[in-house]
Amino acid sequence: MEKPLPQPTPTSQPFWTALREHKVRIQYSPSTDRWVFYPRFVAPGTLASDLEWREISGHGTIYSFTVARMPTAPPWADSVPQLLAIVELKEGPRLTAELVNVAPESIRIGMPVKPAFFDVPESEITLLRFQPA
Amino acid sequence: MGLRGEAAIIGLAELKPERRPSGPARFTLEQWADLSRMALDDAGVSAAEVDGIATNAIDESSKFAPATIAEYLGIPVNFGEFVDLGGATGAGMIWRAAAAIELGVADAVLCTIPGLPSPQPPNASAKGPDYLGASSGAYGSPQAEFEIPFGNLAQNGPYAMIAQRYAAEYGLDPRALAKIAVDQRTNALANPKAVFFGKPLTIEDVLKSPVVADPLRVLDCVMPCFGGVSVVVANADVARRAGHRPVWVKGFGERVVFKTPTYATNLLETAIAPAAETAFGMAGIRRSDVDLVSLYDCYTITVLMTLEDAGFCPKGRGAEFVASHDLTYRGDFPCNTHGGQLSFGQAGRAGGMSHVCDAALQIQQRAGANQVSNCNRAFVSGNGGIMSEQVALVLEGD
Repeated sequence: MEKPLPQPTPTSQPFWTALREHKVRIQYSPSTDRWVFYPRFVAPGTLASDLEWREISGHGTIYSFTVARMPTAPPWADSVPQLLAIVELKEGPRLTAELVNVAPESIRIGMPVKPAFFDVPESEITLLRFQPA
Repeated sequence: MGLRGEAAIIGLAELKPERRPSGPARFTLEQWADLSRMALDDAGVSAAEVDGIATNAIDESSKFAPATIAEYLGIPVNFGEFVDLGGATGAGMIWRAAAAIELGVADAVLCTIPGLPSPQPPNASAKGPDYLGASSGAYGSPQAEFEIPFGNLAQNGPYAMIAQRYAAEYGLDPRALAKIAVDQRTNALANPKAVFFGKPLTIEDVLKSPVVADPLRVLDCVMPCFGGVSVVVANADVARRAGHRPVWVKGFGERVVFKTPTYATNLLETAIAPAAETAFGMAGIRRSDVDLVSLYDCYTITVLMTLEDAGFCPKGRGAEFVASHDLTYRGDFPCNTHGGQLSFGQAGRAGGMSHVCDAALQIQQRAGANQVSNCNRAFVSGNGGIMSEQVALVLEGD
């Protein structure tokens, strides 16, 4: 069964365009001095309409993780163990991530990670995965 | 601020949860009507008294659910409420009904959640994937774009990440988590309606069950099943005419914070903390004043964290608390005496309402073999999504 792919929206397109170029670009709100993920139309919390896109390194640390020994859904039946994580970017926001190039038993909370860009074959999508930094 | 405690649960009907439905499929509208009839019978109140309804989504109409139900029941209402709080829907319905009643808007409110499959149309067109669970795959949904593509969907993965973080911060004794499941199973062994009635469980059984997603094992996770529930909430006049001891809704709290826990400010500070604080403050009682807790238990870790965040023990000391208390109906801290959803069964969103029923039946002194002696006050929690939305209730007998 095919894994579902993200469908970029007009608001999120700059994020996906950057990933295609193997760069990480997320939103920043000058009025609140806060970085924002996932892409929004207005800033969360204040609803300020001053969001701008800025490139970041994509480096961060593992906030939490799980090694799923049973597939989380049928499309991942052949992908166990799944290495799921919440990554906290250096800039503050957290995002959902898949870990690669790491042995399941060596994953730790607090472990530094960096992007591992994955160009999904036969698609226009690049997924942001993470690997040990 | 808040309720005066002048609305009461007066009757209820709860189907015995089943792993596989034994009867024919029924439309949710049909289930809604049938469950409501049974709950009114239980209360000893006629349908003519009903002037309010609270509902979750129904399969037959993606919009106008309250109007569709009122029309189907043939009962015009002053209060047509749609509650969409996942597992917290049941508890959320109860306080909304109580609030409407205290405002004088309604006299008697049906809070009904069907949980049996509905019939498929003869020419069913292709549906979207049915594996998404609590996640939305619709275009423009943040989950469709930023969670689902990585396999972070449904419930097991995100709850496991909460448990993992908890373990790193406070330490997590797997035997304490297992004891929650075992004590609740002991409760289920005294409840013939429980799906795991007659099936004892040991801590070793839990620890030997396969890992689903580290650190959660199969027996730490709830098993979905089928059923359905209806609860009648009414004002004091109606309550005095009803057949059972009224169970007054004395306090509530609600807190809705995120959909996906990736975006929690602090993954380990759950929204039940402020909700419980509000509920206890409104009821004017202390934690030690309750005789029973019925805590939403999609996973054992949910119970552990709810015990802490609702204020029954200090943060990080849940395992110690569980190990040093007997959580069974005959114990010193009765918790989920119906078996909890883990052992009673989780009939979809009706599962959350099973905790309301657990508390109400205990306070009405008609729980059966698992009756807690002198049960007069209860705390109930409802939890929707992935610790996303929390509702707390304080219920009390006369």
